[in-house]
Amino acid sequence: MKKIFAYPCALAKKRTHYCPGCTHGIIHRLVAEAIDDLEIQERTIGIAPVGCAVLAYEYFDVDFQEAAHGRAPAVATGVKRVHPEAIVFSYQGDGDLASIGMAEIIHAATRGENITVIFVNNTVYGMTGGQMAPTTLPGQKTTTSPYGRDTATVGYPIRVCELLATLDGPAYLERVSVHDPQHIIKAGRAIRKAFATQVAGKGFSLVEVLSSCPTNWGMTPTQSLNHIKETLVPYYPLGVYRAPEEVTGDDE
Amino acid sequence: MERVMMKGNEALAEGAIRAGCRFFFGYPITPQNEIPEYMARRMPEVGGVFLQAESEVSAINMVYGAGGAGGRVLTSSSSPGISLKQEGVSYMAGAQVPCVIVNVARGGPGLGGLTPSQSDYFQATKGGGHGDYRLLVYAPGNAQEMVDLIGLAFDKAEAYRNPVMILSDAIMGQMMEPVVLPPLREVAPDKPWATTGKHGRSTPNVINSLGIVGEDLERINIELQEKYARMAADEVRYEADGVEDADLVVVAYGTSSRVVRSAISRLRQEKMKVGLLRPITLWPFPQQVLAELAAAGKRFLVVEMSTGQMVEDVILSVNDRSKVTFFGKLNGTVPTVKEVYDRIRSLLSEGGEG
Ligand SMILES: Cc1ncc(C[n+]2csc(CCOP(=O)(O)OP(=O)(O)O)c2C)c(N)n1
Ligand code: SF4
Ligand SMILES: [Mg+2]
Repeated sequence: MKKIFAYPCALAKKRTHYCPGCTHGIIHRLVAEAIDDLEIQERTIGIAPVGCAVLAYEYFDVDFQEAAHGRAPAVATGVKRVHPEAIVFSYQGDGDLASIGMAEIIHAATRGENITVIFVNNTVYGMTGGQMAPTTLPGQKTTTSPYGRDTATVGYPIRVCELLATLDGPAYLERVSVHDPQHIIKAGRAIRKAFATQVAGKGFSLVEVLSSCPTNWGMTPTQSLNHIKETLVPYYPLGVYRAPEEVTGDDE
Repeated sequence: MERVMMKGNEALAEGAIRAGCRFFFGYPITPQNEIPEYMARRMPEVGGVFLQAESEVSAINMVYGAGGAGGRVLTSSSSPGISLKQEGVSYMAGAQVPCVIVNVARGGPGLGGLTPSQSDYFQATKGGGHGDYRLLVYAPGNAQEMVDLIGLAFDKAEAYRNPVMILSDAIMGQMMEPVVLPPLREVAPDKPWATTGKHGRSTPNVINSLGIVGEDLERINIELQEKYARMAADEVRYEADGVEDADLVVVAYGTSSRVVRSAISRLRQEKMKVGLLRPITLWPFPQQVLAELAAAGKRFLVVEMSTGQMVEDVILSVNDRSKVTFFGKLNGTVPTVKEVYDRIRSLLSEGGEG
């Protein structure tokens, strides 16, 4: 009998602390499946962010380092330079990566550092209670933009894939979403391709995942998924921003 | 063993390579540039990694990654850059990641100047970053000690799983002196805690300073304090020169200790009873020997290139048993031998027995 669905080996058998309806959990699973598919669990080292995924080191069954806020790409660089044969990935939120850690991500990308970044964009600072993020949409209400993000005083959101695509360094950049099963399957393929890019030694890969935060958006889980589809996707277009050459992480 | 003439900064860099350091992450700043420049040339020759980071913040976080992954790793900077590194230093203390950090100090506060200074003593020995932690801090007094102490610093960092700091300054870094270099070591010590990938291990290795659950943080801090107590008991180093028969003991480290030594040798020729106590570890501080000298009736003069920082530790050590006087030069100036000589003479004459 062929097994078609199983608990991923790279995922620890632990209950997570994520809120009901939060898609961080789905993204964890996709990362673990990619690690399993590529049979790299024994040589993978993860870097956890400061943000809701701070405890990621509890949820994956691979070696981990917990980084300071925003510094995961620098920490990943240090790890990768010591163990070039290891597969090193960081898992970062939008506040972590696109605000306090902007210098670290840009420079890791431009160096073409052979690491993989899973960038979870939920347009808000989840962990600290829903403050405005660099990705918060114009007009979006957060605890520090209570009247809605006013672009006249605080400017515009940052589109990370588009920004990094101006650099020569990155090998693979793609933006995906996890708001419905079809998009989850696509997101899984992109994450696998990102890890495969690193396995093939092609250099820096980043997958931006549009993700929900029902708690801080003040929405039900279902409303949150609709919000991604109807509001986030139009502002943050899905797609490949840099295609890796000759990498087949795809099963098609 | 080879004997060569080297600048202090280069002696330190070559000493690190000889001691098995194979990873260096840094960012340019005067007066420490000879260290990264030396490493950029030298690391490829020994199969090591030199990487110029985008900032001191990134450099120290690369050090955190490399040290956590089991590499023998060094970073260097000067005062304003060391301030930026404090984030990573605190994280490494918390996560028990070994590394060596060199501060070729210059005057501050703020952007300060490029001239030598000892005004980062508080930052080096009293914390610098957030939280209840300690660093082992070595203060080399000559180029040979640059070589010897950097090797020792790596061994101690790994033995204790703790960051170690070398506090140097612009003069120590630029001065040329003969040094004897030890043979090249390849160090691959067993680090069963490091992140390497599981490779068959049953549980993942995690490098982490988060203590969010229950009494975790209290337990972590108790464990750290026990380690610092062992360091305090076992790692004190100092040089005592002519203190036994001295009426006055001058306490100084690094560059200022060299000026003091010259002044003292003139005074001794004049049969003045004065000695030098030079702390080699600034933390742990040589408290015990100072307490004993105070109990034996000696008076103290502290000479620093600052407005007075180490003097507080001397006062604490002496604990009211004796008199402590301070002579400092403000940031960026070095006391002259004559100034120190005159100060010691006047102290000895006012003390009676001198
Ligand atoms: C140096 C520092 N500044 C601020 C914080 C507080 N902080 C913790 S998480 C966080 C934001 C996390 O938001 P994001 O990266 O978007 O992740 P999410 O929780 O949304 O997944 C902030 C500001 C911190 N821990 N360290
Ligand atoms: S606060 Fe938001 S991002 Fe964080 S776990 Fe809850 S739903 Fe997810
Ligand atoms: Mg977020």
